[in-house]
Amino acid sequence: MDIFLQQLINGLVLGSVYALVALGYTMVYGILELINFAHGEITMMGAMVSLAVIGALALAAPGLPGGVILLAGLAVAIPVCMALGMLIERVAYRPLRNAPRLAPLITAIGVSIILQNIAMLIWGKQYIPFPPILPQGRHDILGATISDTQIAILVLAVLIMLALILVVQKTRLGRAMRATAQSRQVASLMGVDVNRVIASTFIIGSALAAIAGVMVSAYYGLAHYYMGFLLGLKAFSAAVLGGIGNLGGAMLGGLLLGLIESFGAGYIGDLTGGFLGSHYQDVFAFFVLIAVLVFRPQGLLGARVVERA
Amino acid sequence: MSALLTVNGVSKAFGGLQALSDITLSVNTGEIFGLIGPNGAGKTTLFNTLTGLYTTDRGEIHLDQTRLDNRPPHRVLKAGLARTFQNIRLFAEMTALENVLVGRHARTKSGVIGAVLRLPATRHEEADSHDRAHALLQRVGIAQHANRLAKNLSYGDQRRLEIARALATEPSLLALDEPAAGMNPAERSALRELLLQLQADGLTLLLIEHDVKLVMGLCTRLAVLDYGVKIAEGTPDVVSRDPKVIAAYLGDESI
Repeated sequence: MDIFLQQLINGLVLGSVYALVALGYTMVYGILELINFAHGEITMMGAMVSLAVIGALALAAPGLPGGVILLAGLAVAIPVCMALGMLIERVAYRPLRNAPRLAPLITAIGVSIILQNIAMLIWGKQYIPFPPILPQGRHDILGATISDTQIAILVLAVLIMLALILVVQKTRLGRAMRATAQSRQVASLMGVDVNRVIASTFIIGSALAAIAGVMVSAYYGLAHYYMGFLLGLKAFSAAVLGGIGNLGGAMLGGLLLGLIESFGAGYIGDLTGGFLGSHYQDVFAFFVLIAVLVFRPQGLLGARVVERA
Repeated sequence: MSALLTVNGVSKAFGGLQALSDITLSVNTGEIFGLIGPNGAGKTTLFNTLTGLYTTDRGEIHLDQTRLDNRPPHRVLKAGLARTFQNIRLFAEMTALENVLVGRHARTKSGVIGAVLRLPATRHEEADSHDRAHALLQRVGIAQHANRLAKNLSYGDQRRLEIARALATEPSLLALDEPAAGMNPAERSALRELLLQLQADGLTLLLIEHDVKLVMGLCTRLAVLDYGVKIAEGTPDVVSRDPKVIAAYLGDESI
């Protein structure tokens, strides 16, 4: 088996999921200069809600094709997360729009704790397994293997990111979002309903998070009420690595973090003569992150705000 | 002539500073109405109050039949009052064309779903917006810069772009805050032509301007503010001979 190619595939798959979550952080930051720390928990909610639907359907109608069950899970999880994102913005952030910047940061942390606890109350503390409904096909390429699930995650993530770029660059809403990011006041004076645009930003980001949550639980085969914490932290780090506020940066940062993590896991044992094992992958990833930020605090693509580059 | 904009007894204070005291004026349909006064007289404060940036303490503002005071800026704009800024405030990181397209926002309604699925209604609306935006850039004379970032345009072109962006919102009243500031004589005379053309097309203009020659030549009527109080109103001829106006501009000792 070719370790390099295998880690490259694993890293790209993982990275594309990070990228989807990172986009949610970066879009909200770009428009409000707010770090929505509850975003990781929205991803978790996406995973949990879809798993609840998928689990129930797999039991109730075992004959249904796996793809249909998965789509049903997504079809419930996405709107639930969109509504959740909109609600969080309305309740926890909008009243604090003109407050000192620490205030919404604290409510964000509060919201994320609340969401974790809600999930724990509904689904309990145990890991919830992803039912074996998906095709388990594996394909060999040049000595490495890639599973059907990995292919699906990669293709879907790329399509979603392309669609997002199209929306932000070419549509009425995207222009309003960019205008709002540059100046909320001028945008409103030019007829943009800024509150609506901000709500839309949360809704789109939450939809991406829901999809990413489903991907993660399908990939690792489980979900857990606490999964949003580390996932959110990594995706936020990816957004910072790429340059928070910059869409391309979030995509690049996500992919890089996935690759660093995966190569770290693959080679860290060899590099340290067996002293550190592959379970140090997170340490390795954050070490690289710190190193990059020491030399480039604004992140790799370094614009402060969406399209302010 | 019918009044398009009526400002009735509007007051606005910031802490202990009375920025506007009981301002009453009306702008008639089709005229170019000038708002002049020394620095700090409250002209821009009045603009900000008209366009919904500031709430009023007292008084009412109407555009046609629509009440404007204390409504959010995007509603004021939708009612038909658009503005430009004393310090240019374009979306610097967007192209000239995109700036004008943002101005179309209030007059269009297509959503994300339509755009992603490329529905005919959305495509049609988008194409129409692009056509109008191009026409407006042409109209203010910067069509050749459509795809350049706003921040890379020359100062005069940025001012024109602000006008194009405001026009894209299809206003009935266009409020211009010192549109000639920093322009050279050639740019000023081009601006003058443009404003006269807009008036000829039926647009009503409200103009803050320091260039006395421009104001006197363009405006049908003027109001003069000093320390937040309206001290005179009338045709340029009458206003320029008003002792209170002369005192405000030159100081009391000169009379």
